[in-house]
Amino acid sequence: MKPARPAPPKKRDWSWRSQALRSVLYQVVALALVFSAGYYLLGNTLDNMRLRGIKSGFDFITQPAGFGIGESIIPFDSAESYGKAFAVGLSNTLRVAVVGIVLATLLGTLIGIGRLSRNVLLRSLCGAYVEFFRNVPLLLQLFIWYFILTETLPTIEEALRPLPGVFFSKNGLQFPIPVWTDSHVFTLAGLALGLLGVWWWGRQSRQHFEVTGRSRPVWLPGLLLLIGLGLLGWLAGGSPVALDIPEKSELNVVGGGSVTPEYMTVLVGLTIYTAAYIAEIVRGGIQAVPFGQHEASAALGLSRGKEVRLVLLPQALRVIIPPVTSQFLNLTKNSSLAVAVGYPDLVSISTTSLNQTGRAVECIAIIMACYLTLSLLTSWFMNAYNRRSLLKER
Amino acid sequence: MTTESPLIEFAGVNKWFGEFHVLRDINLRVGKGERIVICGPSGSGKSTLIRCINRLEEHQEGKLVVDGTELSDDIKAVNAIRKSVGMVFQQFNLFPHLTVLENLTLAPMWVSGVPKKEAEERAMQQLQRVQITEQASKYPLQLSGGQQQRVAIARALCLTPKIMLFDEPTSALDPEMINEVLDVMKELAHQGITMLCVTHEMGFARSVADRVIFMDHGQIVEENTPDEFFNHPKSDRTRDFLSKILAH
Amino acid sequence: MSQQPYVFQTVASRPPPRPVGGLLPWIQRNLLDGWTNVLITLLVLTLLALAVPPMVQWGLLNAVFGPDNAACRAAAAATNTGACWGVVAEKYRLIFFGRYPYEQQWRPMVACALMIGAIAASCYRPFWRGWLIGLWALVLGAFFVLMMGGRFGLVPVETSRWGGFPLTVMLSTVSLLIAFPLAILVALGRQSKMAGIRTICVLYVELIRGVPLISVLFMASFMLPLFMPQGSTIDVLVRVLIGMTLFTAAYLAEVVRGGLQALPKGQIEAAQSLGLGYWQTTFKVVLPQALRLVVPATMNTFIGAFKDTSLVTIVSLYDLTGALQLALGDADWRKFFFEGQLFVAAIYFVFCYAMSRYSLWIERHLNTGTRRQ
Repeated sequence: MKPARPAPPKKRDWSWRSQALRSVLYQVVALALVFSAGYYLLGNTLDNMRLRGIKSGFDFITQPAGFGIGESIIPFDSAESYGKAFAVGLSNTLRVAVVGIVLATLLGTLIGIGRLSRNVLLRSLCGAYVEFFRNVPLLLQLFIWYFILTETLPTIEEALRPLPGVFFSKNGLQFPIPVWTDSHVFTLAGLALGLLGVWWWGRQSRQHFEVTGRSRPVWLPGLLLLIGLGLLGWLAGGSPVALDIPEKSELNVVGGGSVTPEYMTVLVGLTIYTAAYIAEIVRGGIQAVPFGQHEASAALGLSRGKEVRLVLLPQALRVIIPPVTSQFLNLTKNSSLAVAVGYPDLVSISTTSLNQTGRAVECIAIIMACYLTLSLLTSWFMNAYNRRSLLKER
Repeated sequence: MTTESPLIEFAGVNKWFGEFHVLRDINLRVGKGERIVICGPSGSGKSTLIRCINRLEEHQEGKLVVDGTELSDDIKAVNAIRKSVGMVFQQFNLFPHLTVLENLTLAPMWVSGVPKKEAEERAMQQLQRVQITEQASKYPLQLSGGQQQRVAIARALCLTPKIMLFDEPTSALDPEMINEVLDVMKELAHQGITMLCVTHEMGFARSVADRVIFMDHGQIVEENTPDEFFNHPKSDRTRDFLSKILAH
Repeated sequence: MSQQPYVFQTVASRPPPRPVGGLLPWIQRNLLDGWTNVLITLLVLTLLALAVPPMVQWGLLNAVFGPDNAACRAAAAATNTGACWGVVAEKYRLIFFGRYPYEQQWRPMVACALMIGAIAASCYRPFWRGWLIGLWALVLGAFFVLMMGGRFGLVPVETSRWGGFPLTVMLSTVSLLIAFPLAILVALGRQSKMAGIRTICVLYVELIRGVPLISVLFMASFMLPLFMPQGSTIDVLVRVLIGMTLFTAAYLAEVVRGGLQALPKGQIEAAQSLGLGYWQTTFKVVLPQALRLVVPATMNTFIGAFKDTSLVTIVSLYDLTGALQLALGDADWRKFFFEGQLFVAAIYFVFCYAMSRYSLWIERHLNTGTRRQ
């Protein structure tokens, strides 16, 4: 028997008809075309910019912005730099995107499950929701919500008061917020301890189950632990109860936390729109699990709850999570429509800067760089998750 | 032949799928340790019959008693029955996201409350029984069809059932893998487990079955010992069916 | 051991003991099956009872249908408010045609009808022959001649005045017509073994898909004029079209790539063993199958492109959504913005829903040959 030998080095055949030569030729031609087109366009751009006196460069970032921003979580005034304005814009985008993602996922999951209900009324209602909100453009939906929130609500003098201390009017939603004192640190510490306790209890229960076969309740004790330790922390800090409650003054409502109608429009519009898409994805994922899996679980005697937890959800989530991550990205990108209703997100602030400085290329480049970073980060996480969770096959 | 009460008893069982009358007046008794093969043309209701035994299908008329418990809408009783009835499917239906070992320990741990170590020992014993211990840490989709079906048999055996139901276990397999599964089933039969098997493998029926039942259009047409059934069929329908299936 | 085999007697088929068909059993099964179901049914019925009668009252019974501003205001101020559909009756020409000159509005109407006719013809499978391309060339030519004018004695109308529904239809159709072949080329390029071409395609797709459509439209609006050699300008409409086409092509390329990847490798091997070259294999074996596989996702992208045309409002082109904003700038009618918005939403809904139904139909239709019955 002959022993195994290493493979001989690859010989490239450079004759006229060889595949290798041709492929190199094609690529050289293609790249040459792309580069020469790029060179031509760049040349034109520089000429045009010189002609119109448009300056270029990112130096405007440090100059004072000269405009105010309607709302932000970081204090900003018009004397601050453009760079800070962009940062505020990004923070506004994230502020609406993160909350929107959480709410849209909750709502979308509920509606997706509702579409699989045995009750025909619930099924039809959820189906109608999905069909209506998917087939109308998001921009139009935002305009409609904006109209509802700014025209049909009463003025601030006659604001609606659904709960004590909560005011709902054309000027937005005002609500009481706790006043931050140092003693709140104890509350936070208590909650952190509670989380640790929940994790520890979960681990203990799992080990107990593996050793004895009897399972212990996890959710209720965990919740009680979290609330209990949080409460203890609060008491330890001296039970601070100070609340900043909005109060009606003559013409206005002062105090408390608030959200503007613009923020609410973008949040509600994005949530309801994206939830419709997430509902369809959840429904598709659950239906993608073959019926045989349900039969096998039933034949083994698994109760419905255990079947969902151990067999249905792991398989359904594999199908659901990648497209849902895309929807999260879509929501973040769609938040750029905020410019149409006056919410100062990244695109809106960029547009204002563009109009003031004339640096179109730079401003647009900043927008694209920010969104591209978010997209690439999300794709990277999703690919990592996909690789880990792939059903291992031959 | 035992004189104790039968392990499975069908009395006047009728079932409909919508308007379609799929099981008609089924009367059948299965004693402990009996091995029964059910055959018949497709659409005759054979799979439906055995699926009624572990309540994967519900009958609308008649009485069905399994291991002393009558099958009804009482979900607790049904779940208790499912612990003593094991089922093997045509499409294997293994859980693709769990390893072979996890597939086997799932039910004992989560349904019967068996501690993890003991469940794993039992699982390895069953894998030994079907001769596939070396695949314990692999995932189902990494195995061949015959191997997957053997794992499915081991999974059903992990609950130490009194009755094993087989729903066309070899129909989805390549020819060279059918034998490895049939060998396992024969071994089980010799160990004395009560089994009902829907199959087209007549060789298996001849060598293993105590009784062969022929079904057509939802009715039991004929039941007899393999000898009598294959050599002296009583009904014309049976003769017709046998001539088609034993032709090659 | 066996029992005594009984003498075989056929049992005739009987109907089931509890009726299965009919309305009452259906209600029992779907609405009242178990306590949770009964609860849900009651909840939903209560919700409908609270919401539907006021909507019917507002939308139909107390509504004003004629273009009568005074009646509308009266209806809105009354205790049983009524909708003012009169705003549609009054403003429909502005909504449908934008700022197109009033007397010339028959032109966009005819142009739009031609375009929709061509689309409808393309949906009908027996028409999928070579002459369809000729038909499209004709219709597109007629569309632009009618809208732009300047020939055949038609008054010229500049593109910034185009608007409303014809603009929406034109933007979606033309961008899709160009984006689809471009997307196929990019998807093929992404699968290519040639690293240079693959890199260009990957960069293009990832860059465009990572940014919002608005930024692409802004880029097209502000930067394309800079790319032109001195002295020449590029039309606003063309800029927007280029932006939308590039955007849609990137998403379509991903969809087509999914289809290419789902195709079994054996197909390409079979074609190669028959001696077919690369382009022959692609057009005769690979693409027909790959495109069939991704019909739902493709139609979804088409529907998305149709809805996305609404974004051109932000770059000051007044499509259907934008024209609505224009129409209701009028202080007299501004109060009834909501009814106008509902009307426009209904138009979008009808078209998008029709497209999604068509998508289901064509998916079934195209796959009947490939599925075993």
